[in-house]
Amino acid sequence: MQIKTKVHNNSLYVLLIGELDEANAPYVRNHLDQVIETEKGFNKVIVDLSQLDFMDSTGIGVMLGRYKKLQSRNIPIYIINPSRQAEKIFQMAGLYDIMPKIS
Amino acid sequence: MPKNKKGDYMKNQIEIKFKSLPENEAFARTCVSAFCLQLNPTLDEIGDIKTAVSEAVTNCVVHAYPNKVGEITMLLSREQDQIHISIKDSGVGIENIEEALTPFYTTKPDEERSGMGFTVMDSFMDSLVVKHNGAKGLIVEMTKRIENKQAV
Repeated sequence: MQIKTKVHNNSLYVLLIGELDEANAPYVRNHLDQVIETEKGFNKVIVDLSQLDFMDSTGIGVMLGRYKKLQSRNIPIYIINPSRQAEKIFQMAGLYDIMPKIS
Repeated sequence: MPKNKKGDYMKNQIEIKFKSLPENEAFARTCVSAFCLQLNPTLDEIGDIKTAVSEAVTNCVVHAYPNKVGEITMLLSREQDQIHISIKDSGVGIENIEEALTPFYTTKPDEERSGMGFTVMDSFMDSLVVKHNGAKGLIVEMTKRIENKQAV
């Protein structure tokens, strides 16, 4: 699992690469929380899921956890380019209702 | 694939035992996807099966053996165009299975658990049966038909 982040035009871009499951969840959770805490100058988070090859319900929990943290700071999350597998999980769990997909 | 005297495909079966370690989830997913290749599945079908298996194995890692490493048995079999998967543990078990199957039900909300594991298994597979493994643990049985257009 690999995570790339950058701040551009007031957005924090997050690229998740690999497989998000129970084995990788602690790393993703800690890394994202650290980036959210330390990065400056963003008012929204854009998560690119084009290279997320696998995600299961553990990943739903990880995304919901980050959503709640950011919500307390009034920072919305948006999803771009979901892989086929991520798209199915997001649709099923209704995650797009709270972190909309944008193009 | 080899056929028997009646002209049906021979049943195929593999049993794997592994420890309830998080890194074995990827191992279980890879095993099941390799096993399914004999039915020439689509990427979507493989994705669904891998996700369902990952959920069942995660349940064993997180819930069945919360404070120790236990053993998980995964039985994969193929009969005609059906894949059967059974994932068995000897862990703490679930008292009220029906309640556990409810979407968003979780015993560990403080750990950011979504409570969607069984819901994912149920919606990604054709059938899901969850039952007690005797006095200890759980057996999760799932099947999926591979809609193979090409005869092998």
